[in-house]
This record gives sequence, C-alpha cells and structure tokens, in this order.
Amino acid sequence: MTAAPLLVARDLHKSFGTTPALSGASAAVRAGEVLAIMGPSGSGKSTLLHCLAGILVPDQGTVTYQGQVLSDLPDRPRSALRRSAFGFVFQFGQLVPELSCLANVALPLRLGGIPRRAAERTAADWLERLEVTDVAAKRPGETSGGQGQRVAIARALVGKPSVIFADEPTGALDSLNGERVMHMLVDAAKDSGAAVVLVTHEARVAAYADREIVVRDGIARNLEPAL
Amino acid sequence: MSIATTLLGLLETGPQHGYSLKKSYDTYFGQDRVLDYGQVYSTLSRMLRAGLVEESGVEPGGGPSRKRYAITEAGVTDLESWLGNAERPEPYLQNTLYAKVVLALLSGRSAHDVLDTQRAAHLQAMRELTKRKRDGDLVDALICDHALFHLEADLRWLELTADRLAPLADRLTGEQK
Repeated sequence: MTAAPLLVARDLHKSFGTTPALSGASAAVRAGEVLAIMGPSGSGKSTLLHCLAGILVPDQGTVTYQGQVLSDLPDRPRSALRRSAFGFVFQFGQLVPELSCLANVALPLRLGGIPRRAAERTAADWLERLEVTDVAAKRPGETSGGQGQRVAIARALVGKPSVIFADEPTGALDSLNGERVMHMLVDAAKDSGAAVVLVTHEARVAAYADREIVVRDGIARNLEPAL
Repeated sequence: MSIATTLLGLLETGPQHGYSLKKSYDTYFGQDRVLDYGQVYSTLSRMLRAGLVEESGVEPGGGPSRKRYAITEAGVTDLESWLGNAERPEPYLQNTLYAKVVLALLSGRSAHDVLDTQRAAHLQAMRELTKRKRDGDLVDALICDHALFHLEADLRWLELTADRLAPLADRLTGEQK
C-alpha cells in the first residue's frame, strides 16, 4: 500500500471535563482500505473514531481529510463534508424509527437534494445489494438486529462516501449474523471503493480489516513511521 | 486429530481401497497437509492387527492398493467412543508467552512489546483464516471457525495480561528482593 493517506490524525488529545480520552493518538487511513481500531473498553478508540469523522473536535492535534484540516472548518461545511464524504454504521443502527427502511436509506440522498423518486430508486438498489429488500416497507423496529444493520450499511453507502466509520457494528449481533454483516460491509465497501474505519474490541471482527491500530490509555501506539 | 479414528470414520461410509481412503481424507481434512500413502497403509495395518478393520476383498493384480478394507464392529465402537467424548482442553501458547513476559519484565525490556508482537502475529493468522473462510465452502468455514475461536481466546489472554503487567512487575520485583 503506497497510496497517500486519505485521512490522517496526528497527536490527538481530547478530554471530557477533567477525564482524558485521547493523550496522543495518531492514525492514517488510505483510500479503499479497511482499518480496525482496537483496544479495551474506555481506551479512547470511539473518541478517536469520532475525531477522525469530524464529529468531535480534538483539544490538540489535527485531523486532515484530503489535505483539509477538519478542525479549521466551521460547523456547517464540516457537517456538509461529513454528509457527502463519510458514512456511519453504529452498534445499534440509529435508523430513524418513524421512517420505513427504504426512506431511511434514501435519507442521505434526500438531504443532498436528490428528488424522492430517484433517491428511493437508488436506495432500493442498495437494499437489494444488502439482501434486505423484504424489509423496505417496514420500520426499523420491525426488523431483526442483523437486518437493521444491513439497512444501516445500505444507508452508509448510498451516498458513495470515501470513508465508512463503523463503531462496533456487530456488537449487538450473534456470531452468525455478525459474520454476515461483516462480509457484507467489507464487500460492499470494497466494491464501491470506500475505506472503512472499524472500531471493535473483538478480534474476529478486526480480522476482516487489512490492518489494525491499537489504542491503549488514549494513545495509539503504532502509526506507521513514514507518516 | 487422530488419523486412525478419522480413517475409521471414513470407512464407516463403506469399504475402500487405501488409495481412495487417502483421497477421501485429503478432500475432507487435507487442507493444511495431505496424508502420505505410507501413513495410510501403516495405519491400516495397525488397525487390522487391532481388529478395528478387516480386509473385504482383493482385486486382481496384488499389492496393498488392491486390498479393500471395511470397518469392524470393534472399529465402530472405537469410533463412537471418540465421537462421543470431549477432547482434553489443551493449553496452547500461554506457557511460552508467560515465560517471555516474565523474562521481559525481569530484564527491564518492554513486556508490552512482547504482547503487541504476539498480538500482531495472531491477528495476521486470523486475517488469513478469515480470508480462507470467505473464499471457501462450508467445510472451510467450520475448520477456520475453530481455529479463529482458539486464536481469539489467546488474544483475550494477551489483552488481560497487558492490563496486568504493572502488578505482575511489582510481584516479580518483590520476589527478586
């Protein structure tokens, strides 16, 4: 892998009140790769993901996406960048409960100004790709955990993002459903060229990644020396 | 894995020549290492002497490859016993890794580095198994799952040991005094 990194975090520090969450974390994500962020509970791995995704602004250090320092951007363009370039999958799908699964998947496109019919056509294609066409008309509460996560993956990928951020995406699933979700997440991301940043404490989930970094006590120990 | 008992299990589906038995074994269990012909025939001879298999016909032409073997009642009993009993849980790498961690701490080297190096090797092995599982069929998946769960158990031990390095170092320092 010699391509320049898409997303680089350097020496991030972040505290919540007096509690430090990150104390010098660095990471780099290359286009199209799957990177696992591992570490014990409370190690700061989710905080690192949120900083990489521009959801949190670090107290010190920088996050650069394609040469642009995220923390230099005002809230609105940073949110717009998150919407257009990033996709998200969380432990619990965080789908909008009042909307059908189809409407949930179409939502990022609608927010981007695409008309409803066209957005829903694209959304339906993604539901088919993730083999959950049968839940299109259902609300998220009427689906199983595995189906809900596949809908969430469809929603994350529908806008053709460069990076998918997945925080414990199989944390609420049994082994077989977790495996299926990981297969589909990695396959769909690779097919569409998106990188995946995957937070997990499970080694079997991290084994789907191309490489891993380990966060311990808020410090990511192994940023590649060349970066 | 006992090759003899595995061959018994294959023979239970019907009598076979040594050659076809080897082929069956390789198909189901030879993912990492295929069976030598010599090993098949020496195992069959042993099982013949023990009464677990018997010859069930010889084709013209002679030679060991022309003999057909069938499982006996004693062989079925042996097989059932093997299938019905749990394997003894074996310690894997813990003893070696424990020794490395202790020696690193005693010598003032980084025990975290020892654990991180092992973690990286374990995860690499798990990546390879995950790939093999994804590219393979159901049999590959079952074999790889078993290895993956064992490696994961080792990794959990590595994690827990990493969290216990400070008290372990204190204890070792106390014992040195």
